[in-house]
Amino acid sequence: MTTTVEQILERKSHPVVRDASAAPTDDMHECLLELEAKGEIVLQRIKGDYVEFPTKYGRKKKIPIEHTWHHKSCGHCGHIPGYASSILWLHRQFNLDYHDPTDQTSCTGWNYYASAASNAVGQAAVMSRNFAAAYETGYFPLIHCGTSFGHYKEIREQLVHHKELRDEVRRILDKMGKPLVIPEEIVHYSEWVYAMRERFKERQLVDMSMITATVHPACHYYKIVAEDAIYDPEIYGGQRTAVVTALLESLGINVADYSTWFDCCGFGFRHVLVQRDFTRSFAVLRKIETMKNEVNPDLTVTHDTGCVTTLDKSQFAAKAHDRKVGIPVLSDAQVAALAMGAHPFRVVQFHWHSTDWRPFLEKLGIDWQKYWDEFQGDLELIRSGQKSGITWEDADKPIQLTA
Amino acid sequence: MPTTQENWNPGKAANRHPEATYEEKERLFLEVKNDVRYHDFLYGCYECGICVSACPSARFYDFSPRVIAQAMAREDVERIYDILTEDIWNCAQCFSCVRCPRQNNPGGLITILREVSLKNGLQESKDALQGYSRVIYKVMLKGNQVSPDMLQPDFFPDWGPWVQNFSQNMHVWRKAIPMDSIRGLTDVAWRVERKTLLELYTIWFESGNMDIIKELDESLYDLLVEVMQEELEDA
Ligand code: SF4
Ligand code: SF4
Repeated sequence: MTTTVEQILERKSHPVVRDASAAPTDDMHECLLELEAKGEIVLQRIKGDYVEFPTKYGRKKKIPIEHTWHHKSCGHCGHIPGYASSILWLHRQFNLDYHDPTDQTSCTGWNYYASAASNAVGQAAVMSRNFAAAYETGYFPLIHCGTSFGHYKEIREQLVHHKELRDEVRRILDKMGKPLVIPEEIVHYSEWVYAMRERFKERQLVDMSMITATVHPACHYYKIVAEDAIYDPEIYGGQRTAVVTALLESLGINVADYSTWFDCCGFGFRHVLVQRDFTRSFAVLRKIETMKNEVNPDLTVTHDTGCVTTLDKSQFAAKAHDRKVGIPVLSDAQVAALAMGAHPFRVVQFHWHSTDWRPFLEKLGIDWQKYWDEFQGDLELIRSGQKSGITWEDADKPIQLTA
Repeated sequence: MPTTQENWNPGKAANRHPEATYEEKERLFLEVKNDVRYHDFLYGCYECGICVSACPSARFYDFSPRVIAQAMAREDVERIYDILTEDIWNCAQCFSCVRCPRQNNPGGLITILREVSLKNGLQESKDALQGYSRVIYKVMLKGNQVSPDMLQPDFFPDWGPWVQNFSQNMHVWRKAIPMDSIRGLTDVAWRVERKTLLELYTIWFESGNMDIIKELDESLYDLLVEVMQEELEDA
């Protein structure tokens, strides 16, 4: 059901050519090297293995495989923890070295896009403090949140282009004894998932070939500083970002196209917290119902905090209006972890998702009740004080989830 | 939002907000124009409407990123004041509008307009952010935008019985997460070190962020300053 490369290219009057030398924007890598040479910034380089992929205009982007500093997302950790734990679980399956820091704040971008109760200097200083903290550990930042990723890339551009902003941020960082550090790449975790997809496939335990899924590409991943997102000629003819879709295809999932793929999810930053009539209407009418009407998927998959929350939680109220809803929502990392035998509740944490996910697990042949009962046993031990909580020791081992 | 007829009017907009003087409106516009990002976000406008076709808020509100880019490009001070007081909070900040063939960033312009509106204490912005202060309090003080304990049934009734079920089980569910940085925490998304928070407070004071909060909500400002200063003095 995926629109084929040929179909997309047929619609084009000119062939798609990606020529980095003809890119319409400055190459950020060169700008950063110049600033480093002038002694204006410390440029953090990737240590160890990395893979290079083409971005929108044909430039190359390095994606580190390990020694990563996990810049967590407040929306994941606060409201969809199975998203974050799936990312780390995947690292652990391959014994990849990572650091889960507590010397990290939220990027505060959600607040900024919601309320504007900050300014360019404040936002750049928050980013730079986090990057300096990562640099101190020697680990390279891997950004979990799509908004943090987009926001940081935009701030990086502002820092590169405005000396007065750099000077002001440096003045603030000086007070903490920190240098102005910018990593050589700003990397989103879904790019790491993309880089790892064939390795996930090699360790896949759950057949997913009977699943049809739609993809919601996250706005702040590929619309903010659009040139830096990963594109692949094999995926939609290089006309849409390749992350998420490429992973699902590697896992054997049938990716179905739908007409409103470019629309946002309706999150709205301020709207999802204090004006949800907009959020609910947009999520249901422009995304979920369109997917239902056009391809009726078993699942929709995305790669950002706000998108998972909005698309999932907005479906309940729409039932009262007899709208066509009922598509479970997961992140790419959760799908990959499930495919490799992660426990549906200890790791993927399905119970934090509200749209009914049971039919999806049943279609995969997973006896969710069995794993839910097992998880209830964990909760009983925690309630009675016999266990302080679930640890990686309880969660690391992959399970043969299907008979 | 001005009427369609006004939008097509090639002249400058009429004065729809006589409660503010032209000089005041111009001062606000110049504050927007002097923002370091302004010239990266606006290069003129073809009036092509590509931004509108991509804009989620244009589907649900009487709202248009094209009108905003146009008004800014023409430096139409009256229209910009209309936008400041009537439109900016409808934007979803999704940045779908950056498809603009002129390389404009209407969403970015709106971010600057919002900042200026807040800094100048415009009542419309205070109204739009009513009920939002607790989020600002959380993110500035705890270093996390959201936390599990914010998921309360009175606040998210439209999310259905899941929220009720969640809030009854929140404490035990939080312990059943394998990540050390999250496990057991309900008032923050992850554990943030004290040293890290003190650095964050330094940023808020040094960047001028606190002045914005003072204009927005004086009692929130007092609360934040009291806690942050005490923590910084104890350090
Ligand atoms: S950022 Fe605002 S103006 Fe731009 S498309 Fe999104 S909602 Fe519309
Ligand atoms: S897409 Fe750009 S040029 Fe076209 S109307 Fe919008 S701002 Fe103007």
